[in-house]
Amino acid sequence: MIRISGLSHSIAGTPILRDIDLTIPRGGITALIGPNGAGKSTLLSLIARLQKIQTGTITVGDLTIGTASDQDLARTLAVMAQSSHVQARLRLSELVSFGRYPWNRGRPGPQDHARVEQALERFGLIPLRDRFLDEISGGQRQRAFAAMAYVQDTPYLLLDEPLNNLDIAAARDLMSLVRDMADTDGRTVVIVLHDINYATAFADHLVVMKDGAIAAQGRPDQTVSEALLEQVFGTRARVEILQDRPVVLV
Amino acid sequence: MTFRTPSRIFLSGLALLMILSVLSIGIGVSDLGIWGTFSDPDARQILWEVRVPRTLAALLAGAGLAVSGQAMQILVRNRFIEPMSAGAGQSAALGVLLVTLLVPSAAIWVKMVGASLAALTGSLVLMAILRPMPPTQPLLPALVALVYGGVISAVVSFIAFQGDLAQFLGSWLTGEFSGVLRGRYELLWIAGGASVLMYLIADRLTLLSLGEDAARALGVNVGLITATAVAGLSVVTAMIVVSVGSIPFVGLVVPNLTARLTGDNLRRALPLTALCGALMVLGADILSRLIRFPYEIPVATTVAVIGAVLFLVLINRDPRSRGAAGVNPAASADRKGGSHV
Ligand SMILES: Nc1ncnc2c1ncn2[C@@H]1O[C@H](COP(=O)(O)OP(=O)(O)O)[C@@H](O)[C@H]1O
Ligand SMILES: [Mg+2]
Repeated sequence: MIRISGLSHSIAGTPILRDIDLTIPRGGITALIGPNGAGKSTLLSLIARLQKIQTGTITVGDLTIGTASDQDLARTLAVMAQSSHVQARLRLSELVSFGRYPWNRGRPGPQDHARVEQALERFGLIPLRDRFLDEISGGQRQRAFAAMAYVQDTPYLLLDEPLNNLDIAAARDLMSLVRDMADTDGRTVVIVLHDINYATAFADHLVVMKDGAIAAQGRPDQTVSEALLEQVFGTRARVEILQDRPVVLV
Repeated sequence: MTFRTPSRIFLSGLALLMILSVLSIGIGVSDLGIWGTFSDPDARQILWEVRVPRTLAALLAGAGLAVSGQAMQILVRNRFIEPMSAGAGQSAALGVLLVTLLVPSAAIWVKMVGASLAALTGSLVLMAILRPMPPTQPLLPALVALVYGGVISAVVSFIAFQGDLAQFLGSWLTGEFSGVLRGRYELLWIAGGASVLMYLIADRLTLLSLGEDAARALGVNVGLITATAVAGLSVVTAMIVVSVGSIPFVGLVVPNLTARLTGDNLRRALPLTALCGALMVLGADILSRLIRFPYEIPVATTVAVIGAVLFLVLINRDPRSRGAAGVNPAASADRKGGSHV
């Protein structure tokens, strides 16, 4: 469980997050949605202790952000950042194996190699394993970074817009892998999604943000509505119920 | 991340290095002869007092320059920057100059400390200047770094002329090995030690090359690793400037070459980087001694010519290398396709 209470954040005097109280349940997929600039990435980076908390507290499981050690956190929480401008020429298998760093501190043992092999297999990266990162497509890159977060073997996984630049097949593939991590491995996934239809299709829990605050949250079918789209995104789109779930007609 | 058996490239490089080392020991105004060194005490003295130190100096300097170049490129997220031309080298010279002017009788270790601290300051200031610049526009930081180095170099010249130390400029700003004797190059072992230190943090440096956030998320102490790397490369640069002078280009060309050959996983790349750096400087020093035999050209000049040619070949050979050098096609695609509905 991730508990956030009284969290406020501002950058250069501009408030980015305003007094957020939020509990993200253990297990399943929680999708964060909201317009650009709502503060989703900022919230995620504060949970991942990538920025210093200014006001408020965050606990992940029984670790408190700000006091827990880097190593404990790295074994509890994996992050896949929104965009990775990695200029290093690393082979894909090397990149994935760095996800094991919190466990082996750079001295991989047989079980680390086994985990990496399994991740490459699960994410369909075996044929690409010896390619350099600048020799693969955007979708393959995203999958590689997801695999890297996966081998970190953490109970919590934070993904910031992992579907960026992916075509529909790659996006659905990646989402089913994420779904599988939640269902089979019992991981708690917090994922920022741009496309509300993906959120309603794959998430168990929805958190809607606007202007640095939580605008709504709950089960996807009870949260997404034409009224919400108008209120949060300022757009009038029709929402139809298809197979028991809301679908936004764009 | 894994230890692998040394690659064929590495082993061939090592063989070449041995051949060049033997050549380097053999070349000089006095002809030693293979057998002479066993019987003739004069020849043996030349061997141990001059030839071996000179060869070791070239190897240590070359390896150190290349390794510190690679570390710097990670710290500033830019493949076109190397310490010797981007402020650290010039700052080291400034440090030595100031110590020489203020405390003319200062011992060599005082100069060494002064040079190291100056190089450290110079590097930190450069990092602070470059930090806000986006990694997606690699040429601007590279130009800024060159100008920055040039400005410090101008300050050094100015102070040197004011203080009647113009001969200083020749000896410290242009690297050459002709003055290397036993007892006058040993500081370079410190550069070697600092290079080994950087190898010890190779994994964490590679993680840092994924970005500070990614490294922190994996539990790397980003501040500590950054501090260790910048201290290491400053010490390497300072030791080289103090003992043989400034040698440009090695720190720029060699890491780009090894990135082509084995990639940027430093645990694997750094040994090859060190080897190629040593090869380049030793090879250049041998050429410097042969081209106008029995006279010598400063090694810095030879290295600059070889380095410039190598660099042009490197960026023109494979169109993708331009991407690797900074203009990353995947990165620009990221920015274009920000939203999808
Ligand atoms: N480093 C920064 N400096 C200034 N403003 C920032 C910075 N990072 C984010 N912001 C601002 O914070 C707000 C929230 O950003 P972000 O968390 O990235 O939103 P989202 O991920 O929901 O699109 C935006 O208005 C953005 O402009
Ligand atoms: Mg965002």
